[in-house]
Amino acid sequence: MIPFIPADTNPAMIMMVAGALMVFFGHQGRGIIGLIAVVLSGWQLFNLGVGPMGDAQVYGTGEILGYEFMPLRLDKLSVIFAIVFHSAAFLNVIYGWQSATKVEASMGIVYAGSAVGGALAGDLLTLFIFWEIAALSSVFIVWAGGGHAAFKAGMRYLVIQVMSGLLLFAGIVLHLARGGSSEFGAFELVGEAGVDPVAALILFAFGIKACFPLLHTWLQDSYPKASGVGAVMLSAFTTKLAIYTLARGFAGTDILIPIGVVMTAFPVFFALIENDLRKVLSYSLNNQLGFMVCAIGIGTELAINGAAAHAFVHITYKALLFMGMGAVMQQAGTARATELGGLHKSMPWTTAFTIVGAMSISAFPLFSGFVAKSMITVAAGEEHLLLVYIMLLFASAGVLEHSGIKIPYFAFFAHDRFAPSLRNGVPRPKEAPLSMLIAMGIAAFLCLLVGFYPPILYGLLPYETDYHAYTAEHVATQMQLLLFAIFAFMLLVKFKLYPAEVRSQNLDVDWFWRVPGRKALMATVAGVASVWHTVWGGLKGLSGSVVSSLGTLHGPGGVLSRYWTVGFTALFTAAVLAVVLITAFLN
Amino acid sequence: MILDDLPVLPVIIPLFAAPICLLLPNTRLAGSFATLIAWVSFAFAAMLLATVAEVGPIEYGLGGWANPLGIVYRVDLAGAIVMTLVSLLASVVFPYAIESARDEIVPSQTSAFFAMFLICFSGLMGVVATGDAFNVFVFLEISSLSTYTLVALGAKRDRRALTAAFTYLVLGTIGATFFVIGLGLLYQVTGTLNMTDLHDRLQGADNKVIRAGYAFIFTGLGLKLAMFPMHRWLPAAYTYAPSAVTAFLASTSTKVAIYAMLRFLFTIFGFSFGFADIAFGFFLVLGLVGMFYASTVAIFREDVKMILAYSSVAQIGYMLLGISFATVDGVGAALVHVFQHAVMKTTLFMAVGAVFFALGSHRLSAYKGLGKTMPVTTGVFLIGGLSLVGVPLTGGFISKWVLVQAAFGSVQAIPSLLIVLMIVASSLLAVAYVGRIAWTMLLEEPTSRTPRKVPLAMMAPMLLMAAVTIYFGIDAEGLVNICRAAAESLLDTGLGYGGAM
Repeated sequence: MIPFIPADTNPAMIMMVAGALMVFFGHQGRGIIGLIAVVLSGWQLFNLGVGPMGDAQVYGTGEILGYEFMPLRLDKLSVIFAIVFHSAAFLNVIYGWQSATKVEASMGIVYAGSAVGGALAGDLLTLFIFWEIAALSSVFIVWAGGGHAAFKAGMRYLVIQVMSGLLLFAGIVLHLARGGSSEFGAFELVGEAGVDPVAALILFAFGIKACFPLLHTWLQDSYPKASGVGAVMLSAFTTKLAIYTLARGFAGTDILIPIGVVMTAFPVFFALIENDLRKVLSYSLNNQLGFMVCAIGIGTELAINGAAAHAFVHITYKALLFMGMGAVMQQAGTARATELGGLHKSMPWTTAFTIVGAMSISAFPLFSGFVAKSMITVAAGEEHLLLVYIMLLFASAGVLEHSGIKIPYFAFFAHDRFAPSLRNGVPRPKEAPLSMLIAMGIAAFLCLLVGFYPPILYGLLPYETDYHAYTAEHVATQMQLLLFAIFAFMLLVKFKLYPAEVRSQNLDVDWFWRVPGRKALMATVAGVASVWHTVWGGLKGLSGSVVSSLGTLHGPGGVLSRYWTVGFTALFTAAVLAVVLITAFLN
Repeated sequence: MILDDLPVLPVIIPLFAAPICLLLPNTRLAGSFATLIAWVSFAFAAMLLATVAEVGPIEYGLGGWANPLGIVYRVDLAGAIVMTLVSLLASVVFPYAIESARDEIVPSQTSAFFAMFLICFSGLMGVVATGDAFNVFVFLEISSLSTYTLVALGAKRDRRALTAAFTYLVLGTIGATFFVIGLGLLYQVTGTLNMTDLHDRLQGADNKVIRAGYAFIFTGLGLKLAMFPMHRWLPAAYTYAPSAVTAFLASTSTKVAIYAMLRFLFTIFGFSFGFADIAFGFFLVLGLVGMFYASTVAIFREDVKMILAYSSVAQIGYMLLGISFATVDGVGAALVHVFQHAVMKTTLFMAVGAVFFALGSHRLSAYKGLGKTMPVTTGVFLIGGLSLVGVPLTGGFISKWVLVQAAFGSVQAIPSLLIVLMIVASSLLAVAYVGRIAWTMLLEEPTSRTPRKVPLAMMAPMLLMAAVTIYFGIDAEGLVNICRAAAESLLDTGLGYGGAM
């Protein structure tokens, strides 16, 4: 019970009101209000309590215009997401204490509040409301990245996000129109009468925000264009809210398994060839979502636990990685692999924290990722989904490749681009500011804490579990995988970076598999990329030409909006009269 | 005693106050006087609404002449709601106009300006209150003629106001002429102009003259309410009129024309005519086309007032759509949107007026970085803009929600789902044009000019309307219910004893 706040207040409201208030304060004031809001909201969440699955704590139900509202529904599944959203919001406030602009700081808290509200929403319309607020508040964070590119990316982001909301809305209305319950429960995608179009519409809306393949481009398009602070905020909420809604509405829907598998696999290639490290993280985020979607598709209790656990740890270590890259970008002015390197000398703390994040995402034992990821692969194994199992292992190796090694290696090690001996006049970037280090430190601590003592996490999971992460089999499988992946990376680095004369020494030995093999690999990658670019470019060109032709038609001086003369309009009126007269007479 | 005269008081008080206002000095006194009159009218209109909600339609014979000799005023629930709405907006816009007009009107015309404002107000109220078809024409012309003048007064700041007013004059007169021709034809057939009698005598009758009369009235009122493609007078008139005038007109004049259209369609003609379906078909198609066409044009405009004016044409499309369903839910949804749109558009145009006061321009380029230099006005504008898009917790969401519900509850030539998807798609267009302005205000760097401080007399009404926008987005049950009841009275038990439902 918090003084002055009614007992059944929605925690989301506390955050959203505070977010709006923050507009009126300076840096320090914004930070303090943000922290107080997150703590108060978290305390309120704690006070509300939590019920087991199927027997949720419900608050504030009522009926308006024949529609039954249930703004707060707390069961284990919704609360674990609400908790992790709070922790992400807390980290965001600290991380952005010095660097977040006014728009970023206040919208970041509103955005976090909307994600909490969405996770706790018990009825469909409340969910839709928070769904839309999340879209509208987060676009400001993209825009705050600055520049025309950020504006355009933000516009594309906004349209896609709002479209998702409107599809959801249409789905809800149709669902209610056929007498469906207003409570947000499980939907049946494939019933006795074939595929249910209403459920498909809602799944599609969720799928847009969950970055299903081909619907995913908004993420890689917009997140890297936000500022360093903004990208950390963006990484936590939208996609995980979508994961929650999928887990709630579509657990055990078979189609999600192949979708999830494709999501884990295809971003690996793009992440490998990408130069912008924050874009690498965006692809990696996409890949991580694939694990969760796949688990939701499997739908057993272990799998749903795995999805929730993965979302939980993922938010922390992904935020940590984005924080590390955000710090690098702020201090060095870029996040491009080719322009970075050697930063460990002047940014030791950032380096250390980023490596913790990288080891977590790669699921090293004793780091948080390990605890959660093995649940999903084991769930796939238990259901005898061999192909899925293998694909997930392959994707895990890919994760290590691009997020676990590539990120820290190119940013902090590799070639030292800032060495004084280069005499290029680029000063060595300084260590990140204290607030950023504190946020990264807390996040790194959380990663290790969950890794060392998994019961903390297991106690929060939706279903009772007696799962043990640290069995000999799990550890051995994971270590083999990791060693194999590290080995592969070292080979690749050798080929990419060593000059020709060095390569010539072992030319005879491995030319036959190395050069054609690499060529083939590169050709495959380039082929996939070029097909993609053709398709995407074609779509982009098409939409661009549609917009520009609309512009010529409707823009100032366009045919459809030229200043019609009075006589012309009068003629139009007469024409309308004639049409009405004729139809009236003929009828 | 005074309560017996309730139906006529809100109409004649501003009418008689106008000449007095003209005699007042060209100071703030004229505006204050007009404001007082608006408040008095609003008080009477609210009392009227309360009475009508309680005892049902009220009839009042003007000058003591009983029906059918005299002119009869007859106010039912739908009428009382629109009268309350119009007088409410007048009482909010008039105080705003005091400061705004000092800036935008030639000082020597101040008292004339407010006199015209009062006449316009009176005309709009009269259209709603009267139960006499010809009287509708008279009041429509009273309001229109004063509006032409009001638009032309914008010429101090932009000479294009003169051509805009002239265009409006010519087209408005064409509309009025069509309307009065239609009335003449009906009179020819029935020998009466009283709405109730018209209804009785037209019941079951059907011949070419009536049909022609119907077509003329439909077209004439269609022009007055800016139905696509007869909307062309609206954008220029709204853009170049003084800010306060735009804020008032955008929220009232087309709404009153829609009310008149509802009256003629449902009360006078009723459903018994075979060609009622044609009218609904026209509304459906023209409403949908108007929604898309006007929203698309709005996206590519560089003038914020022009963007909002085109948006008004698009929003009228939503109302026509609701009417075209020809169900209680549909007409109710249209009335809800009439109310919500009036509130949000007044909010928006007041914010635009405040920016114009501060920076002297309503072009988009003047809005750069306003979030930093004029945060309150920006906030108000954003609230209005979100409502325009139909974001939850704003009024616009409520009206879209009931409209979508009504669409599913009715049978149309076009499948309901398609209509709903089109509503959704046109909301996306609104996202684009509102988003463009929001981006300019929030994320572009401010220009070097420092804005003038906007006086409290302008800020207070603006903030009030923003609060109303939010309030009716959260607690709209009363509004929806009363609009539904009004729709029922229009379709079923209004002036025309059960419109053959």
